[in-house]
Amino acid sequence: MDINKQYSAQTWPDHPETATLEGKNKFVGFWLFLGGETVLFATLFATYLALKDKGPSGMEITASQLFELPLVFIMTMLLLTSSLTSVYAMFHMRSYNFRAMQAWMAVTVLLGAAFLGFEIYEFNHYVHEFGFTYGHSAFSSAFYTLVGTHGLHVAIGLGWFILLMIRNAKRGLNLYNASKFYTISLYWHFIDVVWVFIFTVVYLMGVVG
Amino acid sequence: MMRGLKKWRLFGLAAALMAFLAACGEEQISTLQPAGQVAEDQFDLLLLSTGVMVFVIIVVSIIYVLAIIKFRRKKVGEDVIPEQVEGSKRLEFIWTAIPIAIVLFLAVPTVAVTYQLADVDDMGVVDAEGTPASVTVDVTAKLYWWEFAYPDLGIVTAQELVVPTDEPVYFNLTAADVKHSFWVPSIGGKTDANTDGVNTFYLTFDEESADLEDGVFYGKCAELCGPSHALMDFKVKALDEAEFQAWVAAMQESTGEAEGELAQEGQELFEQSCIACHATSGAGTTGGIAPNLATFGDRNRIAGYLPHSEENLKKWISEPQEYKPGNLMPDPGSLPGREGEAFSEEELDALAAYLFGLTVEDDM
Amino acid sequence: MSSTAQAQKKGFGATLWDYLTTVDHKKIAILYLVSGGFFFVVGGIEAMLIRIQLAVPANDFVSAGVYNQIMTMHGTTMIFLAAMPLLFAFMNAVVPLQIGARDVAFPFLNSLGFWLFFFGGVFLNLSWFLGGAPDAGWTSYASLAIASGGHGVDFYALGLQISGAGTLIAGINFLVTIINMRAPGMTYMRMPMFTWTTFIASALILFAFPPLTVGLFFLILDRMFFANFFAVEMGGNTIIWEHLFWIFGHPEVYILVLPAFGIFSEIFAIFSRKRLFGYSALVFATILIGFYGFMVWAHHMFTTGLGATANAIFAVATMAIAVPTGVKIFNWLLTIWGGNISFSTPMLYALGFIPSFVAGGVTGVMQAVAPLDYQLHDSYFIVAHFHYVIVGGVVLALLGGLHLYWPKMFGTMLSEKLGKITFALFFFGFHATFFIQHFLGLLGMPRRVYTFVGDQGWDLYNLISSVGAAFMALGVITLVINIIMTSVKNERVGNDPWEDGRTLEWAIPSPPPFYNFKQTPLVRGLDTYWIEKMEGNPEGMTYAEPIGDIHMPNNSIIPFIMSAGLFVAAFGALYFIDGDKAWPLPVLALGLLITLGSMAARSLKDDLGYHIHKEDLLKEGGQPGGH
Ligand SMILES: [Cu+2]
Ligand SMILES: [Cu+2]
Repeated sequence: MDINKQYSAQTWPDHPETATLEGKNKFVGFWLFLGGETVLFATLFATYLALKDKGPSGMEITASQLFELPLVFIMTMLLLTSSLTSVYAMFHMRSYNFRAMQAWMAVTVLLGAAFLGFEIYEFNHYVHEFGFTYGHSAFSSAFYTLVGTHGLHVAIGLGWFILLMIRNAKRGLNLYNASKFYTISLYWHFIDVVWVFIFTVVYLMGVVG
Repeated sequence: MMRGLKKWRLFGLAAALMAFLAACGEEQISTLQPAGQVAEDQFDLLLLSTGVMVFVIIVVSIIYVLAIIKFRRKKVGEDVIPEQVEGSKRLEFIWTAIPIAIVLFLAVPTVAVTYQLADVDDMGVVDAEGTPASVTVDVTAKLYWWEFAYPDLGIVTAQELVVPTDEPVYFNLTAADVKHSFWVPSIGGKTDANTDGVNTFYLTFDEESADLEDGVFYGKCAELCGPSHALMDFKVKALDEAEFQAWVAAMQESTGEAEGELAQEGQELFEQSCIACHATSGAGTTGGIAPNLATFGDRNRIAGYLPHSEENLKKWISEPQEYKPGNLMPDPGSLPGREGEAFSEEELDALAAYLFGLTVEDDM
Repeated sequence: MSSTAQAQKKGFGATLWDYLTTVDHKKIAILYLVSGGFFFVVGGIEAMLIRIQLAVPANDFVSAGVYNQIMTMHGTTMIFLAAMPLLFAFMNAVVPLQIGARDVAFPFLNSLGFWLFFFGGVFLNLSWFLGGAPDAGWTSYASLAIASGGHGVDFYALGLQISGAGTLIAGINFLVTIINMRAPGMTYMRMPMFTWTTFIASALILFAFPPLTVGLFFLILDRMFFANFFAVEMGGNTIIWEHLFWIFGHPEVYILVLPAFGIFSEIFAIFSRKRLFGYSALVFATILIGFYGFMVWAHHMFTTGLGATANAIFAVATMAIAVPTGVKIFNWLLTIWGGNISFSTPMLYALGFIPSFVAGGVTGVMQAVAPLDYQLHDSYFIVAHFHYVIVGGVVLALLGGLHLYWPKMFGTMLSEKLGKITFALFFFGFHATFFIQHFLGLLGMPRRVYTFVGDQGWDLYNLISSVGAAFMALGVITLVINIIMTSVKNERVGNDPWEDGRTLEWAIPSPPPFYNFKQTPLVRGLDTYWIEKMEGNPEGMTYAEPIGDIHMPNNSIIPFIMSAGLFVAAFGALYFIDGDKAWPLPVLALGLLITLGSMAARSLKDDLGYHIHKEDLLKEGGQPGGH
C-alpha cells in the first residue's frame, strides 16, 4: 500500500480499517485476541465467585459491607461515556476527519483517566478504611486481581490511545494507521463490556448479598 | 449390582488375558487380585472394558494387516495409480454407529458403579442404643505418614490401619499439609486427601490380612507430595470381628508404659526428647504432630517402608533425613534435652527396647 | 537461488543476525526445529535418568529431591518446549505453502512468538543452575507448588508464562493466516488436512491457554506477592488450580495430537498414492474433537472428590470423544486400503502410529470408566497411557514429519536406510518401555515415585522398561547421525522429492525461494498439485495472477529485544520474594522497560516492508516456479 497517497473525504474508503490485507489481518486477529481475553476474564470471574467472602476463619469483611454503589455508578458512567466518545472518534475516522477524531480520542482518554483515578481512590479506601489489603484474604486477592486486571487493561488502553495520537499527529490519517485506530477502539469497547460484567457480578450482586 | 456382571468373566478373550494377568502381582498390593467388594467391582469393570477394547483392537488389526499385505507396492505394481476414492457414506455411518453403541454399552455400568461407590448414606448410622452400626475412620495424610483415628471408639493410631472384615468401613479423608492420595490397590481405588476439605468413601475388606505374606495389605500415597512421596506407604490389617473388638479394647487400655529395665531407660529418654510430638497411648483423638506409637511393636515396617528391625529403627532415629528426605522428624541433636548431642549406641538400644515393647496385639 | 544457499555465502555473524531478525516463516520454522530439537534431547536425557534410577529397586543413582526435579522438568520440557515447538516448526514450514501464501499473516508476531518461547524455555532450564529446578510435577498441583521451597516453582510459573505468551501469539497468527491468506480457489473444504488440524489446534490454543495463564498468575501472586488464592487457611482453594490446569491441560493433548493427525494424514495420502478417504468426515471429526476437548477436563480429577454426578457426566462425555477419534482411524485405514503403499520412512512412522495410538486410545476409554480410574489414576497405568498417546501419536508424527518435510525445509534427503533403522530402534524401544508399564500400574505401582521397595512384583517390569528406553535413545542417536551425514553430503533435491506429493508445497522448489510463490497459484480442488500432475501440467500449478511486484515484510530485531526484556524482568520478579536483595525490583522495572520501550519503538515507526520487482523476479527464474 502507498502510505503517501492523498485522500479526500470522497476517495477515502468506507471501511478504511479493512481496506488493506494488513488491515484485514489485524481486524480478524484482534477479534480472535479478544476471544482469548474473554476466556481470561471468564476464568477470573469464576475464581472470584468461588472465593467471594472467603477468608481466614472469623473474617468479618464481606462484599455487602465493602462496596458502595454510588462511587461505582459514577465509574460506570465514566467508562460507558468514554466508549461512546470512542465511537464518535471512529465515526470521524471513517469520514476522514482527522482533527475531530483526535479530539474525540482525547475526550475518551480523559474519561478513561478519570475512571482509573476513581478506581485507585476506591482501592485506597478499602485498604485504609477496612484494612482490606491484597493479602488480607482469598476474597481480597480474588477481588483485586479481577478488578485490577481490568484496571490494568484500562491503563494499557490509555497508553495505547496516547501513543497513537502522538505518533499520528503529524502523519494524519492513512490506510496504514486506520486499522490501528480501529483496533484500539475495539479494545476500548471490550474493556467497557468487561466492566459492565464486573459492575453486575462484583458490585451489584455483592451489595445485594 | 456388579455381581450381575460376573458373567463377563466368562467372556472368552478377556478371561484368557486376565488369567495370565491374575497370575502376576503380589496379592497384598495388586489390583488384579481384589480382596474387597470395591476392588472387585473395579476389577470387573477392568475385565469388561478390556474385553470390549480387545474387540476393537482385533477389528482394527485385521483391516490394518490385510491392507498392508494386499496393497503394498511390490504387489500392486510400481507405476500403478490407484483409484482416487472420495469416501463412502455407508462405511462412515457404520464406523460412527458401532463406536457409539460400544460407548453406550460401557457408559451404563460406569454410571451405575460411580453412584454405587459414592454411596456413604449408612456412615455414622447408629442402632437403638446409640452405638454406631459401622466403623468410621478419620484418615489424615501428613508429610509423610498417615494418621488413623476412630472417633466413635476414642482411639487413634498411625501408619497401620486396622479394620474389621466383611462389613463396610467408612472413611473421612483429609490432608494436613499438602495434597496426598489414599490407595490400597487390592482393596479399592484411590481417593485424594485434599487440604481443602474432607472426602468420604467406604471400603470393604473381604479377606483377613493374616493370610497374606506379611500379614498386611499394602497402602500407598498416590499423589506427589514431596521428596519422600515414594516412601509414604502404610499397611492395612484386616481382622475378623472378634479380633477387631479385642484390638480396640487393647488400644483403649494401652498406656505406653515400659516393661523391663532397658525399656524403662528408653521410656525416660523418650519422655524427655520425643513425647512432645509422639503419643504412646492408643486412647486419643486426631491431630497428632507425629505418629502415635502405641502399636509400634506390632508394626510391619520402620518409617513406613524399612523392614521392622531394631537396627533399622536405630538408623531411622539417628538420621531421619537420610531415610525419608524432607520429613519433619528432627535430628536427635535438636530434640528437647539433647543440646546438639546425638543418641549414643546405648541410648538407641534403650529406645529400641522401649518402642518395640509398645504393643497392643500381645494384650488381645 | 535458494535462501539457504544465500545464507551459506554469508559469514557466521551475518547468518546469525539474519536468524535473529528474520520474519520469514521458513527460517522461523528452522529456529523452532533447532530449539525444539534441543529441548527434545534435554527432555530425553531427563527421561533416561528417570529410567536409570528406576531400573532396579532401592536405587540411589539420584536423590529423592533431584528425582522430583528431573521428573518435573521431563514432563514440562517435553510438552511445552519440545512437542509444541516442533509442531510449530512444521506448521511454519508447511502451512503457508499448503495454502499458497507468501507468508503468515503477521510475520513480525511470528518472530515474536518464537523468541518468547525461546527465552521462556531458556529461563525455565536455567533453574538447574540457579538453585534447583521445579519439583512439583508438570501439573504443579497448588498445595505442593506453594509448599515447595527454593525458586524452582517460580522458574516454572514465570518461564511457562513467557513461553505461553509466545504460543498464544503463534496460535492467533496461524488462525488469521488460514482465514485470510488462502490462495484463490483454496476453499476451506479444499485445505490439506495438516492445514485443517493446524487451524483447529490454533483455535484450541486461543481458548485453552488463557486459563493456564490465569492459573500461573495465581501461582506467581501466591508465591511472590502475598495473594491467597490457594492458601486454605486464608480462605483459598487448591482445587481451583486443578480445574484451571486441566481446562488447559486436556485441550493441550489435542493441541499436540491434532497436528500430529494432520501430518499422518498427509503421509498416508502421499505414500498410498491415494486421496484421503472420507476427507469431509475427517474434517468434521477434527472439529468435533476440538469442541469436545473443552468439556472433559474433570476426567483428570475423578479421585479429587467432585461427587458422583460430576464424575458420571465427565466419564460419559470423555467416552464420547472416542467416537470421532475412531472415525479418523478407520478413515486412515480405508485410505491405505486400495492404495499403492510405499514403505518409506515417513510411512513406517505412520503405519507404526496406528496400532500405537489405538492402544493409547483404548486405555483412554478404560480410564474414562470413572470407578475403574480410581484404580488406574496416578499409577503407572496412566503413565503408560499418556506416553502411548504422546509418543505413539505425537512423537511418531514429529519423527515421520521430520523425514517427510526435511527435503522441503533443507533441500536434501535424509538417508532412508538410517531412517528405517531409527524407526525400528525407536518403535521397538517405545513399546518395550511403555507397554509393560500398564501392568506396573495394575500391580499397584504409583507414578512419580523416585524409588520403590523390591519384591512387590515390580522389579522385572521396571528393568524391562528401562532397557526399552535405551533403545529409544539409540534411535534418536541414529537420527542425529543421519542428519549430520545428510548435511555433509548435501545432495540437492527437486520440487517433489517423494514423487507423489499432492499439495502445493511440493509444487515449488526445495527449499522454496524466500517469497514462496512467484505467482500466486489458483487452486482447482483438493490435492491441487496432484490434479495438475495428473493433467500433465509441467509447471504443477495454474496461476491466479501474472508475475508482478511482490510485497515483503522487513526483518526486525525488536521481537528478540522484547522477549529478552521479559526474560530480564522475570529474574527481577523471581528474586523479589527473597526480600534480602536490593536489585530485584530495579531489574524487574528495567526488563519491563526494555519490553515496553521496544514495543513503543515498533509502534512509532512505520514499517511498510519492501517490494521485489517484477524485473528481478523474471531475471532470477527463467521460467516461473522453476529453479
Ligand atoms: Cu505422596
Ligand atoms: Cu484429558
